[in-house]
Amino acid sequence: MAFQILLNFILAFLWMFLQNSMDASTFLIGYLLGLLILFGMRRFFSSRFYLLRVVAVINLLLIFIKELILANLAVLKVILKPKLDIQPGIFALPTKLTSDWELTILSNLITLTPGTFVIDISKDKKIIYIHAIDIPDVEEVIESIKNSFEKAIMEVSR
Amino acid sequence: MSEVSTVIIAIFILLGAFLSLVTAFGVIRLPDVYTRNHAASKAATLGIMFILIGTCIFFYLKDGYFNSRVILGIIFIFLTAPVSGHLISRAAYHTGVKMWNKSVQDDYKSYLEEQGEKEKSNS
Repeated sequence: MAFQILLNFILAFLWMFLQNSMDASTFLIGYLLGLLILFGMRRFFSSRFYLLRVVAVINLLLIFIKELILANLAVLKVILKPKLDIQPGIFALPTKLTSDWELTILSNLITLTPGTFVIDISKDKKIIYIHAIDIPDVEEVIESIKNSFEKAIMEVSR
Repeated sequence: MSEVSTVIIAIFILLGAFLSLVTAFGVIRLPDVYTRNHAASKAATLGIMFILIGTCIFFYLKDGYFNSRVILGIIFIFLTAPVSGHLISRAAYHTGVKMWNKSVQDDYKSYLEEQGEKEKSNS
């Protein structure tokens, strides 16, 4: 992905030199033309066309913000409820992600989801231990959310 | 500044202050370290972010001055608050802080015991 972006920049600079004008607007036009060329030659690269990955990253960011707001609503409900009837606990969640940065992003996402909190990741990086504020209430919902997170992160790293 | 933007800024800042207040209530009211951490790491993050967004919009509309440092502050808080919450609760667990007695499940304990046995057999 980084290689494709670098190539796109070089093509944009090439366009600037061909036009003999050093403006930002010329650079932008060159960048767009380079994008078109890269799209046409996408089958020569080993990874995907990089714009798809940029879209996946933006998608992940939107998920982040949405989950943060939902998590706050859930915590507000727990704190402001007159009766304290939560059932906290720690449960284990197996994960398919392998590399370190993927796990970091996943645990950051989990920490910002409603009612969950990462305590530790096992040494073989296969299980995440999560503290949930209300176990019977959220466990199933959380599993489905986790699956969607994992999918969104894999979409970026694939 | 128009009326609409004033109202929007006011909503942002008041919401941020309200969330911080609720965080304080949560820290006082919830029973143990881990549940308190839930309140502190989530509500405080969003509260501070709202206040900073309100400040940024206010100075942009009043003075026409866009302060990029505020945006950077928002990003840093967004990235670091969950990590610090995780570290505090992990350190608490490893120093033997007990969970609330109404807790229903603890998978982490068995994992730690397993690890301890492995280290013993290795040494």
